[in-house]
Formats: sequence, C-alpha cells, structure tokens
Amino acid sequence: MTDIAIREDFREILRLVRPGSRVLDVGCGEGALLDLLTQEKQVDGRGLEISASGVAACMARGLSVVQGDADQDLDHFPDRSFDYAVLSQTLQATRNPRHVLDELLRIADRAIVSFPNFGHWRVRWSLLSRGRMPETKALPMPWWSTPNIHLCTLADFMALTEDLNLRVDASAAFAGQGAARPMNPVSAVENWRTETCLFMLSRNGAAPSREPPPVSGDLFDG
Amino acid sequence: MTALDLVTPAAGGTWRFPADEPLRLDSGAVLDGLEIGYQTYGQLNVDKSNAVLICHALTGDQHVASAHPVTGKPGWWTRLIGPGKPLDPARHFIICSNVIGGCMGSTGPASINPATGKPYGLTFPVITIGDMVRAQAMLVKALGVETLFAVIGGSMGGMQAQQWAVEYPERVFSIVVLASASRHSAQNIAFHEVGRQAIMADPDWRGGAYADHGVRPEKGLAVARMAAHITYLSEPALQRKFGRELKRDGLSWGFDADFQVESYLRHQGASFVDRFDANSYLYITRATDYFDIAAGHGGVLAKAFTAARDVRFCVLSFTSDWLYPTAESRHLVRALTAAGARAAFAEIESDKGHDAFLLDEPVMDAALAGFLSSAERDRGLI
Repeated sequence: MTDIAIREDFREILRLVRPGSRVLDVGCGEGALLDLLTQEKQVDGRGLEISASGVAACMARGLSVVQGDADQDLDHFPDRSFDYAVLSQTLQATRNPRHVLDELLRIADRAIVSFPNFGHWRVRWSLLSRGRMPETKALPMPWWSTPNIHLCTLADFMALTEDLNLRVDASAAFAGQGAARPMNPVSAVENWRTETCLFMLSRNGAAPSREPPPVSGDLFDG
Repeated sequence: MTALDLVTPAAGGTWRFPADEPLRLDSGAVLDGLEIGYQTYGQLNVDKSNAVLICHALTGDQHVASAHPVTGKPGWWTRLIGPGKPLDPARHFIICSNVIGGCMGSTGPASINPATGKPYGLTFPVITIGDMVRAQAMLVKALGVETLFAVIGGSMGGMQAQQWAVEYPERVFSIVVLASASRHSAQNIAFHEVGRQAIMADPDWRGGAYADHGVRPEKGLAVARMAAHITYLSEPALQRKFGRELKRDGLSWGFDADFQVESYLRHQGASFVDRFDANSYLYITRATDYFDIAAGHGGVLAKAFTAARDVRFCVLSFTSDWLYPTAESRHLVRALTAAGARAAFAEIESDKGHDAFLLDEPVMDAALAGFLSSAERDRGLI
C-alpha cells in the first residue's frame, strides 16, 4: 500500500468516472480521492471510513463521510444508489471479499476495485527462494501485522468475477512508481508481471448504464 | 472563561403566539396564548440565509452564549458560539429558545393557566419533542426566517434537530446531531422514571400543586438531578475527578458527605433547584421518553427521512457515552443512508461520557467546524 501506487490509482479512477455521477468511496481515508473527484468531475460523492480522525478530516473538507467499514456497513445502502462504488487497495483487507464485491455491485452500477496482485513475480520469487511470506513495495508489512488477510492473485480474482457473473469493463496495471498501463486480465503473463491492478466491473446482464463507460486508449477493454 | 467569551444578545425576551394560532399538541390538547422565551445573537442577513437554531438539552435554556440571568454563569455553549468560533454572531443569526414545558420564559407547568388564573401544575398537557419543534418553527418564522442554515443540538437538542429534519426538511439546510438518539431506550426511560419518582415522593410536591401551597419539592428535584448527573458522566471521568478522595481528614462514621463525589453530587442537586422547576422536569423527561421517530413511520426510521435527502447531516457520538451510546447514532446514520440523505458520522474517542459534547474535545471541534464551514461555502455564506 504505497502512496505512489494509490496516487496512480486515483489518476486512473479519475479517468474512468463520468462527470456528475454519484460515487461511493469505501475506505476513503482523509477524502483525497473524493475531493479530487468532486473538483475534477463534479461528482456527488459519499464515503465510508473506519477511523474517526479520517472522518473528521473528510468533514473538514465538506465531504459526506460515515464512520464504518466495508464488511459491516455496505448492507445499509439502498440498491443502485450510486453509479460507482470505489474500493481502493482494501478488498484484500476485508473479512469477506466475495460479499463485499457483491454488495458493491448491488449498491452501484459499477465497482472500481484495486488490489495488490499476489501472483506478481517478486511475491512468487520471495516465497520460492526464501520460503518466507513476501515483503514487497506493494505488500510492505510482515505477515503478523499486515491488514491484508485475503490476498489473491490476478487469476484468483478473475475466477471470482466469473463466479459472481461480473463483466470487466476496464482493467489496468501499475508497477512501482509508473503510470497505469493497459492489461489483459486473463493473460498468465500479466499475472506474473502485474504488481497492482485496477478493475472496473459491472454485472453481466445488468441493465446498461445510462452512458457507455469512457473509452480510454490507455485501457484494455475486457 | 473570561468576559470576552460572552456574546451580547442582539435581542431576546418572550414571543407570544398570535391569538388566532393555538398550538395543537400531539396529545390532542390545544395550548392557547403560548409564550416562548428566546435569545438571538448576530443579525439576519439580507438573503435571510444565515440563521442557525440551537436546540438545548433537557435542563438547558435559551442562554446559550450570554450570562445566565439566574446563576450568572456564562452561556452553556460558548465553546461553539462567539467571535472567531464556528458560530460567529458577526456572520450568523443565532436563535435559541426555551422549549415549551420549560421554566425559563416559555409556557410550562409553572405558567399561569389563563382559564383558571392559577399555575397549570399537572393540568398542563403532556408535550412531545414534536410539539417543542412545532413551537420553535412558529418562532423562527416570526423572526423572519424561512429556511434555517443549520439546526444544531446535543442530547435532547439532537432529538429536536432530527425532528426538524422529519417535519420541516424544506426549511433546514443542515442538521447537527450530537450524542443523541432517535428513540429513548428502556434504560433512558428507567433513569428518567427514577428522577420523576424522586420528585413525586417529596411531600412538598403536593400532587404537582406545590405552587398553590407556597412550597417546592426541592429535595426530590435535587435527588433527580443527582441521579441524572451520574448518567451524564462516565466511570473513568468520575474516577479521575474524585476517586475515593475524602472531603476532610478521616471518615465521619455517619452519613455526612464523606467523599468528594458525594459532596459534588449534593452541590449539583442543590444548585439545580435554584434554576429549575420540578414539574417542568417531569414534563420534559416525559417528552424525551415518548420520543421515537420510527414509531410514527411504520417502525422504519429511514422512512422518516425520505423527504430530507437534500439536507446535510452531521452526527457525532462519543465512545464513553452510555446514556446515548454510539449504537444509537449508528442506527440513525444507517437510516439516513438508506433514505439517501447526505450524512457524515463519526464516533469521537472520549472518556468524558455523555457531557463530552459540551466539553473540550478537539476532534469533535474539528469535525463540527469543518462540517459547518463547508456547509457555509455550499450555502454561499463565505
């Protein structure tokens, strides 16, 4: 969970979100992304954040943020009350990622989700060569203190999206401090080389959103 | 607290309902010639967009930012209101009124019943939080305010603030609810019942007609206040403040106030009776016991707020508040969320108990100041 990766995340999310849409940022921290989306895309933004100090900082920015967490509080949002639900670098830290992902796409037409890829070669190499839980730039903490309790690989995540009958509307990869690059999520090579990935998802067979997703040359449209 | 912290009220006094507009109460009773004691600070701007209504708690009153006429003490919320503070009379038109049923200028059980020429006593009708708010709404209109920039309250004041959102969503821009709940719990009702029984057990209560006999149930009211005061604090706060400290060297081997905490509570009780009417205490505690927003909306709290989607809400609770615990605020926030309202909520870490909302809590101050200033920006006030 490095700052650089998150900032690249934000840039990508900013590109994906339609102007004037309704956005829920789950795990919004001090509201940096919501602030950015409000200013750049004039979104109607709401947030969910676990820490009181984070919520207080959000309030000071004029953001409507509720103290709570993804595991317990998503259930209380009405169906399809948002155009986008954003879960940035948090899915792997939830108790029940499958339920959380399902809830995101009940609440919103589209879910924007990013997470560190446990299939990245550095992770695999660390485990293979040292026989130790990996500590990489994307996963910097030791196993006994990491909040990441449900890590998955790109291939694992794709299996879950199939299981939940979700459609990948956009996907991108990040590595180190570099900008986002297009990424084919079903490629075995990508599962080796992608350090952090970001998806925009919707339900297969769901009513189409009011507008098509933005077309970006930088993104692989899955 | 220095004299500089006090704000000179711009206006205040008693406002009387027009003769042709009685207040119809939830109980079905009708109150004629209702009077409301109030204070204002600052001036209403040309756009009439800067008015803030402060709702006081159970035993509070309209003297929110200026010295209390009875006790001489500073206003009860000078932490929030004053020059350079989140609510500044230089920018805001601040209104605070005594609730009906109260005893600081608004019609209550100690007032003279025009029909009999004697104090109402127990012939005063039972009132609700809704009745209090409908009376406030009349006053606010009479002061020339169509839409309030904010309605702010803690504890019972927070109940009134919620009631504003339910009854007059189009007349409020933002709402702040501190250390409050959308319904009274069994424990809340239980503590209030202890207080009421203490008052009614005092021989001087005289079936509520003590004024006719020239006496006051001071002992009963003091005990009610002592019991209630414990619920406003927390165990760690009491322990830190008093521990087992003795008032003087050694024990009395009797029932004098040996411990500092006893002495403190006795003082709280004794000073309370100087400024509060016992029957008012019965009526106002009853109003909070009857409070249950969801009950009026098919048992579904979210339904009460469907018309308040455009209102901005700020809800704050405190970790050590066992009178209105965080679960109650969370219940409200989930209902607001389900209703699609704009809600901000935080649980503030504090060991000061329920009264934390009136005390020095920097995270609360930051959240509240931030919420208000961003609402001001959206309202075009700054």
